[in-house]
Formats: sequence, structure tokens, C-alpha cells
Amino acid sequence: MTPVLAVKDLSVTFRTEDGPLSAVDHVSFEVGDGEVLAVVGESGCGKSVTAMSIAGLLPRSATVDGSVELDGTELIGADKRTLRSIRGREVAYIFQEPMTSLNPVFTVGHQISEVLRTHIGLNRQDARTRAIELLKLVGISSAERRIGDYPHQLSGGMRQRVMIAMAVACDPKVLIADEPTTALDVTIQAGILDVLRGLRERLGTSIVLITHDLGVVADLADRVAVMYAGRVVETAEVHDLFANPQHPYTTGLLGASPAAGRHAESQRLNEIPGLVPVLTEQPDACTFADRCPRAVDTCTTSQPQLTPGPHRVACWNPVREPVEV
Amino acid sequence: MDALEVEDLVMHYGPVRAVDGVTLRIRQGSVVALVGESGSGKSTVGRCIVRLVEPSGGTVHLAGVDITHLNRRQLRPHRRNVSIVFQDPAGSLDPRLSVGDIVGEPLRLMRRKDIPAKVNEALRRVGLRPEVAHRAPHELSGGQRQRVSIARALISEPHLLVADEPTSALDVSVQAAVLNLLADLQRDLGFACLFITHDLSAVEYLADEVAVMYLGQLVEQGPRARIFGKPAHPYTQALLSAAPVPDPAEQRARRPVLLGDDLPSAIDPPSGCRFHTRCPVAVDKCRTVVPERRTIGEGGHQVACHLVNDDGTGPDVRPTEGAAR
Repeated sequence: MTPVLAVKDLSVTFRTEDGPLSAVDHVSFEVGDGEVLAVVGESGCGKSVTAMSIAGLLPRSATVDGSVELDGTELIGADKRTLRSIRGREVAYIFQEPMTSLNPVFTVGHQISEVLRTHIGLNRQDARTRAIELLKLVGISSAERRIGDYPHQLSGGMRQRVMIAMAVACDPKVLIADEPTTALDVTIQAGILDVLRGLRERLGTSIVLITHDLGVVADLADRVAVMYAGRVVETAEVHDLFANPQHPYTTGLLGASPAAGRHAESQRLNEIPGLVPVLTEQPDACTFADRCPRAVDTCTTSQPQLTPGPHRVACWNPVREPVEV
Repeated sequence: MDALEVEDLVMHYGPVRAVDGVTLRIRQGSVVALVGESGSGKSTVGRCIVRLVEPSGGTVHLAGVDITHLNRRQLRPHRRNVSIVFQDPAGSLDPRLSVGDIVGEPLRLMRRKDIPAKVNEALRRVGLRPEVAHRAPHELSGGQRQRVSIARALISEPHLLVADEPTSALDVSVQAAVLNLLADLQRDLGFACLFITHDLSAVEYLADEVAVMYLGQLVEQGPRARIFGKPAHPYTQALLSAAPVPDPAEQRARRPVLLGDDLPSAIDPPSGCRFHTRCPVAVDKCRTVVPERRTIGEGGHQVACHLVNDDGTGPDVRPTEGAAR
């Protein structure tokens, strides 16, 4: 199967007043047709920068190297016209905070219709009909009435549904969802996750799900890429990753959230000491070494590469035994 | 004597009925979690208890003393009995003061002696080195800042700590460290704690008792094991079912109760039971008659729902577990 999205050796460096800052370093991953790939990691690990570099959303201070192929079309270095025809149409984004992504002075119907008229050239009437269909698709009841609402009249959950409706308006091949439920309550989050699951099932949309929430990953992802300090340190099928995590950072993350039914009397949460490093350039070493309980001498002198195979890990001393949770 | 007794607490901001009749007790040395969605009024309860605001009605007793309507001067001797830790440590630490001054300030206001020694001790207790006293808050990481907030809160040896979303702004691994720290300090120092949060896994980890809030009122409260094991109120059941667990096999076998996106307004709350507009099992009575709080089980398990029987049995709104999705 050829992947819909193939990211290869993607590196992103920002020019800053303090010199270059390496945000993403030789990241590679593929997303298959109708597949949900979760990219997980803590703040500052480069997951959002990776997502934004896919359709060229980064500011000019960013230097992007490597390759991003969407259905065979190279996006890195592509001209503005190509990117414009792809953004919103082939690749669509939804972001964490729907309020800042919606225009407060237009109705939601206007904003969804605008996407349809710009990208597929629908006329006003058809665009409106299609907008109502889209609102229904994302689970908004009485869509005919809601289409005349302004963003401030909607709840946070409904705004995020509107964002998703706009994102899938042109039936994109890949939907990039950057922390889509982080700003929402769990009862609302459950509904949004349901909508995303429905899109994948009904439209076959591939989804890149950027999140720090392992519960969300467990709910929706087919495969997971764990990022740390700009690199993918482990990638595997979702059940395999949770059952047999091999990178010490992955096991650390999994052990950091309280398990169901456990009280502080019976479980001590796993702490990862230290901080995510800010890198001016990627060293020839494992960037997790100084926080790693399993570090050996090699870790500080040589950079581990991802192993081949379905469960890939970049570590000189990976965890091999199943971890007890 | 209980560390905290809140009786029929009411807080209205103009027309907004943020808190509307909350009764809550916290025994000495016990941790009570107050959970609910954003807008449920849980933070307002916390602000009334530490008297950042003066309640519109009801009473707050701290260690037996009625502090509901004391003025600033009258409050001063009682301030040391209760402290608060906020969600955002960057916004709750004065950027112009050194960490040492911040942590020692409560003692200075109480005109205590030996403040530097006590500050050192307080910093050591939260896992910070004494040198940190000379730093400014902006030089610290988010996790370290939250430790500073906790050190400041506990330096006056309060009977009660109000922790308002203390881990929500932090990364998972840092959250783990702060939860471990709170668990250790609470066990060693024995203060009572009102733990306000929307993170249900953290609740299960830290709390002895759980109180569930919906639109300004408590709908259910009781011992942790009862609330997580046999939630009686349909809202509690929905809330617990919606929180995803970090285990793909388990998570995919679960079915969240979807409540819809619309949290009704606290300006004009629904008649009868406030949850009836989103409740999947509401009957006519729920729309007209306000449900009384009743005890339905040992350990003070209480619920406000017409449909729950006196022995705690009643509707289960959670769909039966189906095949893996």
C-alpha cells in the first residue's frame, strides 16, 4: 500500500536572536489511507512544528529540509500556487482553540460556504446546502438554524465541530488535528473523538492526531509516533506500543499518568527528572540520555537510529521486558 | 471539628448563579476532590472558602470559625489556616520578588521570626534546593514554579489547602511529580485538602472523597471507591465514562455517554433538576421538581436525583460494553 502522506528526513530549524534552534530533526513517518497516526510528546518536543511544516504553515524564520510527499506530490519547496491548491483541499487542519481560528464577524454558514466556493467553485445556493450537510455530518443538531449563528453564539464543543466541518468540506485526503480536544471538557471531548472516528470510517480520511493525552491516543489511533526533543524515538502499532513500550521515554510517559483504580497508597507515579532540552543543534548523542534511567556510555557519544521493522525504536538500551503497569 | 464546613453556599455574580447551594464538609486530614466541567462553579467554591470573594449566601466554617462575612482585618488571624494553590504558577507568583521572598511572605505578614530558615525548610520539603530562594520565578520551569506555590501555601502550616487545578497547566511527567509531591506532603503533614480538578485520573489517585458539581450545585458526593465503583447520578456516570483511559484494548471496549455540547447557562438554569436538559433518562418530574439530596449508602454517599433509589440502585445510563470498535 502506498502511503497517502510520506514524511522523510524532515528537519526544521528556526533562526532566533540567540542563534539557530533545532525544532525537528530528521523525522520520518508514513500515514496510510484511512489511517490514524498519533504523534505524542510533551510541550516543546516538536510535534506541532512537524504538523505545520507539512502544508507550509511555518513562518519565514523556519528552514525546512527533507521531504513531505502527499499522494506523490512533493510539498517541501513547492511553489505558492501548488501549496494553495493543496491547503484546505488535500490537507486540512484543525487546531486546539476553535475560537481563534474562526472569524468572529461572519456566520459559521458563511465561513463554511467560503471554503466550498473558493476551493470547489460551488455557487452560493449549493454551498449553503452542502454546509448544512457538513454540519449534520459533524453532529450539529438543527443545522439549518445553526448555520446563521456567529461563533460566539456556540459552545466550545460546537465551535470545534464547525472547525471540523470546515476542514473536511473539500474531502481532504489528510486531516491534521493538532490537540483538537485539549481545550474541551471530557464530556465534550468524547463527542469530538466520535466525530473524528466517524470521518475516518465514512469518508476514509487519514488523520494525523497531535496530542499529549495518552487516553485520546488509546481511543483513536492506529499507530503512534512518540517524539522527544525533535526526534521520533519510537513508533509502533497502538496496542503494541502500550503493551510493549521499548523507549525509556515512552515507558516514562506511560507510567506518569495514574492508572485506573490506583490511589497514591498503592502506586507511585513515574517522574521524569529534568527538562526537555532546547537545542541549538542536534548533538551526536541521544537527547534523552541525561534524563534516562537506563542510559549507558554509548548514549552520550552516539545518536541512536530507529530500528527497522513494524515496531521501531531509537535507543541503545531499550526496554525489552513487558512493563508492569 | 471538621477542617471545613460549607453550608448552603451561594455565590451570585450579578445574574450569574455560579454557586447555588453547596454543602460540603472536609474532615481533618482528608482529601476531597471537587470535580465538574468548566463553568460548573467549582473554582468559585474554592475562592469563597479562602475568602478571595465574599459569598452571597450560606456559611463557611474553617476549623470551627465562621469566616463567611469577616472583613479583611478580622480575617487576618484566620488566614494562616487556609491556603490556595492556583492552576497557573506563572500568574500567581509576583515576578518582581525572589522565590525566597515569595515563600516567606505569609510568615512576614504574621510577624514570625527565623523566616530564612523556615523558607529553606519549606523549599527542601517541596524538593527544591535552598539556592532557589535567590532566583526569580521566571528563571524556573513550570514544575518548579508550582513547587514554589506549594511551598508558599504550606509554610503557615494551614489546616486546609485548596488546590485549584494545580496540575492542569503542566506536562504529563511534571504533573506526575506534582501529584506525588502533594500525596507525600498530605500524608506527612496531615492537612485537609480541597482538590479542585477536571482530571479524573488525578482524583482517583489523590482523593479520599469526591464531590461532583454541575451548574452550581453538587449532584453526588461520597467515598472515592463508591463514586468510581458505583456512581449513582447519571451525570457522574456520564463524566466517568467520557474520560478516556490510556489502554487501547480497554478504551475501545468502553462506550462514552454522549451528553451533547450545550452546558445550559448559569444565568437562567433549567427548572427542576438542572441536569434534565442533558440527562438521557430524565422524566417529567425531573423538569419540574428540584431533587433533594439524600444519603444512599455508607460513608456519606449522597445523591440528588429523583431516579436513584434509597439503596443506591437506579438508572445506569452507560451503554453496555460492546465489541471492540
